[in-house]
Amino acid sequence: MSIETEPHIFEAAAGNSVVLEARDLRKYYAVKRGAFKPMATVKALDGVSFRLQAGKTLAVVGESGCGKSTLARSATMIEPPTSGELLYDGRDVVGRSAAEMKELRRTVQMVFQNPYGSLNPRKTVGSILTEPLVINTAMDKHERRDRAVAMMGKVGLRPDQIDRYPHMFSGGQRQRIAIARALMLNPRVVVADEPVSALDVSIQAQVLNLMMDLQEELNLAYLFISHDLSVVRHIADSLMVMYLGKPVEHGAKDVVFTRPRHPYTRILLAATPRVNADLRVDRVVPKGELPSPLNPPPGCAFHKRCPFATDRCAVEVPPLRTVDERLVACHYAEEMN
Amino acid sequence: MPLLDIKNLSVEFTTRAGTFRAVDGIDLTVDEGEVVGIVGESGSGKSVTSLAVMGLLGSNGRVVADRMMFAGKDLLTMPAAQRRKITGKDVAMVFQEPMTSLNPCFTVGFQIMETLRVHEGLSGKALRNRAIALLEQVGIPAPETRLSAFPHQLSGGMSQRVMIAIAIACNPRLLVADEPTTALDVTIQKQILDLLVQLQRERGMALILITHDMGVVAETAQRVVVMYAGQVAETRPVHSLFERPRHPYTGALLDALPERALGKRRLPTIPGMVPGIADRPAGCLFSPRCRFADARCRAERPALFDVDDGRARCFYPLPDGYSAAGEAL
Repeated sequence: MSIETEPHIFEAAAGNSVVLEARDLRKYYAVKRGAFKPMATVKALDGVSFRLQAGKTLAVVGESGCGKSTLARSATMIEPPTSGELLYDGRDVVGRSAAEMKELRRTVQMVFQNPYGSLNPRKTVGSILTEPLVINTAMDKHERRDRAVAMMGKVGLRPDQIDRYPHMFSGGQRQRIAIARALMLNPRVVVADEPVSALDVSIQAQVLNLMMDLQEELNLAYLFISHDLSVVRHIADSLMVMYLGKPVEHGAKDVVFTRPRHPYTRILLAATPRVNADLRVDRVVPKGELPSPLNPPPGCAFHKRCPFATDRCAVEVPPLRTVDERLVACHYAEEMN
Repeated sequence: MPLLDIKNLSVEFTTRAGTFRAVDGIDLTVDEGEVVGIVGESGSGKSVTSLAVMGLLGSNGRVVADRMMFAGKDLLTMPAAQRRKITGKDVAMVFQEPMTSLNPCFTVGFQIMETLRVHEGLSGKALRNRAIALLEQVGIPAPETRLSAFPHQLSGGMSQRVMIAIAIACNPRLLVADEPTTALDVTIQKQILDLLVQLQRERGMALILITHDMGVVAETAQRVVVMYAGQVAETRPVHSLFERPRHPYTGALLDALPERALGKRRLPTIPGMVPGIADRPAGCLFSPRCRFADARCRAERPALFDVDDGRARCFYPLPDGYSAAGEAL
C-alpha cells in the first residue's frame, strides 16, 4: 500500500529540503521452519513511506519485532530493500553501482543502542574516530588526527582522552564517542537506534541535549528509533508508530501525542510510566503479546490485542489514510477520541 | 515490628584495585504488605543491597550490618543451612533478565516444581497441579502444555511471568524484584507491573521494587528510597517525594526526565559522574555535582536528617516548589 498520493500535510514547514525519502519500502526475509516444511516469509518491513527533512527528527516507535531495526538497516543502506524506493536528495539509491553506493553511504551514518558493544575495545578513541576517514578520504595522518580532536571537542570529550580505550569511559562518554564517530564524515542523516535507552536518566539528558545541539549546528536529519515515548516527545518533530512492519500512525509529534487516533498509539501512551500523576492517561491495558511475524493475523494485524476491535477488523486490512492531520491505519480512526 | 529491618548495612568487595564499598551504611525497613521502591542510577548499590538481603552475594562480597532482621529472625548470625530455607521460600527474588535467569536446559515445569519440591516437599500429582495453578495465576495461557516448554520457546514477557511464578511458588512474605521490566517492551512492562501489584495485594506480600525508572516507581511504590553512590540519599512516601523532593540529587534526577521538560528545548542535566572507587569526596558524596554545595558540604558528610515525612541526607534540604520544571505541567 502506497501513500505517495497522500498529502504530507504535517510537513507544512517546507523551508527545509527533504534529504531522505522512503516510498513503500518493503523488506521480506525468507526463513526456514524445518527440514520438510516450505520456507516462510517474514515481512519485517511492509510498506513504509516517510520523508525526512534536514534539521528535523522523525521518531519511529514500536515494540521489539515491529520492524524498527529493519527500517534502520534499510535506511542506512546496510541491506537493500526487497521492493520500494529509497531516495536520497531526490535520487533513488536502489540499483546503483558499488562505487556510487559507497559515496551515498557516507551521508547516512548510524549510532547504535549499546555503547558497550558498538565500540571496538581494542582500539583507542583516536583510531575509532579516524577509521572512517582512512577508509573514505585521502587525508593524511595529521589531518585525520586534527579532525578527530576537533570532533571530540564538539561532543564534549577532552582532546587529551584521544589515546584512551573505550573501557576507560563511562556509558555516557562512550555514547559521545559513538556519536562523534557517526559525524566524522559529515553525514546529513543520522540513524540513531535507541541511542539513550542503555543510559541512566541524568546521562540520557546529557546525550539528548548533545544530539539536539549537534542537529542545530550541523542541520542534521535524525531518524530516531526508540521505544521510550517521553524521550520521543522531547526530541522528535514527527512520529511514526509501527506495528508488525507497518506504520499504523504517522504525523506531527504534537498531533499524535495530544490526539492519538490509533488504538495502538493510545495503548503505548497509556503504558508509558509517568512520574507526574496528572499525565497518566486512560488505562487501556494492552492485551496479549506481539503476534509472530511468521503468521500475522488476518485483517488488521493489531485486532487481537485491540480493545475496540470488531468483526470487520478481523477480515479487512485497514488502509493508511489521512484523518485529522495525520496518517492512520484504523477503520475507526474517526471515532477514536 | 517491620518485616525486614536493616540497620547500617555495608557491603565491601575486595578487588585487586583495593576495597570497594558498594553499599555504605544503608538503613532499610519494609513493613508487611508494603511496596518499597529503590531507585538509583547504575552503580548506586541498589542491586548489591538486594543481593545482600537475599544472601546471594559471592564470596568476595563482605556484608556488615548492625542489624539485619527478617520476620524477627537475625539473618546475620543464622547458619547458612537455615538461611537457605528462607531464601526462595519466605524471601524470593525476580531478576532483571528473564531470558538468562531461567536455566535453558530444563523445562519450565521442572524449574517451578524444583522450588516446590525443595521448600514444600510436594511430589507427584499435587506438585504438578500446584505448578499449573501458579502458571495460571501469572497469566500464562494453556498452562498444562507450557509445563513442558523450554525457556527458549518463550517470549521475554512469558519468561518473566515464569520467573514470577517460581518466585511466588512458596508464598513468600517478601518479594524482591530487581529491574523486573527493564528488558521488556512498554506494553509488556505494564502487564508485568500490574501482575506484580495484583499478586502483592492478593497475598499481602511485601514487595521491594528496584529500578532506575522513576516512572515505574511513581506508579507502583508506596515508599521510595533514592540511592546515590551506595548511600540512601532520600527516603519518602511516593507522592511527596515526586512533588516536593528534598535532596538536590532527587530534584536534579526528576528535572532530567524528558517528561518534566515539556516545552523546554534543553534538559537540565547533572554535571559530572557518580564517584568511583578512587574519587570518593571527603564531604557529601553528591557535593561535587550539586549546585547548592558549599564549604560545609565539601568537608563534612551529612547524616540522614528527618525532613517532613521522611529523611534526606542533606544539610540544606530543598524548599517547596524548587522544581519549577515539574510545576509548569
